[in-house]
Amino acid sequence: MASTEEIRAELAEIVNEVTGIPAEDVQLDKSFTDDLDVDSLSMVEVVVAAEEKFSVRIPDDAVKDLKTVGDAVSYIEKAQAAA
Amino acid sequence: MSRRRVVVTGLGLTSPVGGDVASSWEALLAGKSGVRHLTADWAQDLPVQIAATAAVEPTDVLDRVKARRLDRSAQFAMVAAMEAWADSGLADGGVDPERLGVAMASGIGGVTTLLANYDALKEKGPRRVSPLAVPMLMPNAPAANVGLYVGAKAAVNTPVSACASGNEGIALGTDQIRLGRADVVLAGGTEAAIHPLPIAAFANMMALSKTGSGESDADPTTVSRPWDVARDGFVLGEGAGVLVLEELEHARARGATIYAEVLGTGITADSHDIAQPDPEGRGGSRAILRTLEDAGISPGDIAHVNAHATSTPQGDIAEGLMIHATLGKYADEVVVTSTKSMTGHLLGGAGALESIATVLAIRHRVAPPTINLDNLDPAVELDIPTTARDLRAGDIAALNNSFGFGGANVAVAFGSI
Repeated sequence: MASTEEIRAELAEIVNEVTGIPAEDVQLDKSFTDDLDVDSLSMVEVVVAAEEKFSVRIPDDAVKDLKTVGDAVSYIEKAQAAA
Repeated sequence: MSRRRVVVTGLGLTSPVGGDVASSWEALLAGKSGVRHLTADWAQDLPVQIAATAAVEPTDVLDRVKARRLDRSAQFAMVAAMEAWADSGLADGGVDPERLGVAMASGIGGVTTLLANYDALKEKGPRRVSPLAVPMLMPNAPAANVGLYVGAKAAVNTPVSACASGNEGIALGTDQIRLGRADVVLAGGTEAAIHPLPIAAFANMMALSKTGSGESDADPTTVSRPWDVARDGFVLGEGAGVLVLEELEHARARGATIYAEVLGTGITADSHDIAQPDPEGRGGSRAILRTLEDAGISPGDIAHVNAHATSTPQGDIAEGLMIHATLGKYADEVVVTSTKSMTGHLLGGAGALESIATVLAIRHRVAPPTINLDNLDPAVELDIPTTARDLRAGDIAALNNSFGFGGANVAVAFGSI
């Protein structure tokens, strides 16, 4: 099982790939929209890439509740634990 | 009121022979070919394994994050538009955005994005179709992205007429300025269709040369050979060209560099066949005659023709007939060139690339050569130099012809100024 920090770091790589935002800026307390300026289509790209990377499913209904990087990391941790 | 005149004040190009205008023009004058073997695995089972691929990958030039949101055709368009916009000197508020338009054509649109997403759909399911697929693959994506880049708020259009599209972009941009709807239009065309499906499709309709592929060990640089007796089809190319078209007084008022004037344009349809050209080239002849009339010039004013001449058996002969039918006794005096002998056929980008070559031929008074013309087809009676040829001094005009599937014919006349 990957650690919280490992998941955050890998998610940060995905966000960097999609948006160009430096990976070190993608920290748990950051809001995707307010702090990182990730637009809605980029967010879909990030989610789909994360699903593939972490072998989890993140339904569209869940995506709207993922306000911060920390929200996404904990969702992925729970989804992995349930798998 | 006299008609508003349109001039060319900026050029941008990315082509199989160079990543910008200067390197492409130098290569064209030197007779260098951009046709290469396709070495990727996906090409190895295809009936055609050569193409004129871009000399410089657009992803080497563009910002990585921006590039991944663009189909390759839009990437080429952006590279060419960025060069043309910088070249024009308009970037620092030189034009009212509401008087700035775009007419950026494409023959096929975002075909590689469409097919890559279909592959993802089939192999991994609908979840893997990119949320950006539609804004990437839509045919007006190159025009829209260029428009966003320069801040254009007049019309941002995408003419589509197969291989005549690039010239149609220039004709449309010229009309927009003449009609008073814009003062500046970035006009041109782009194409990025070097992919197994378009290659198989063009090959199966027997439009592409199969020389240099499969068992043939011919040098790829010798395969595109317009008007040569051994020609057997075109070579697919890719890239984009953009011309900054500007109303003459607007350009003069800001002291712009003026490359040439767009003297006139002519658009006609063959009404003959969906794919075959009229064997006597009557539709193309009417496009040239309309262009001369629109430009208010005579056949004797034409010093140079950048021909469509794609290296197909029928099309090259038909264009020779057109030049004779329209220019009469002056057909023997014009210097005729097919730059496709070096660049291959850029489809919707062809008219733009070749208009830029025509503009530069007028400005520098030299026409690029036609390479690989070892034995001129006896059915063609034209002066087609095989090395760069100087053009005469004084006021001159030059024609650029483009013809497309569907029977589309678009000619543009440029003149010295």
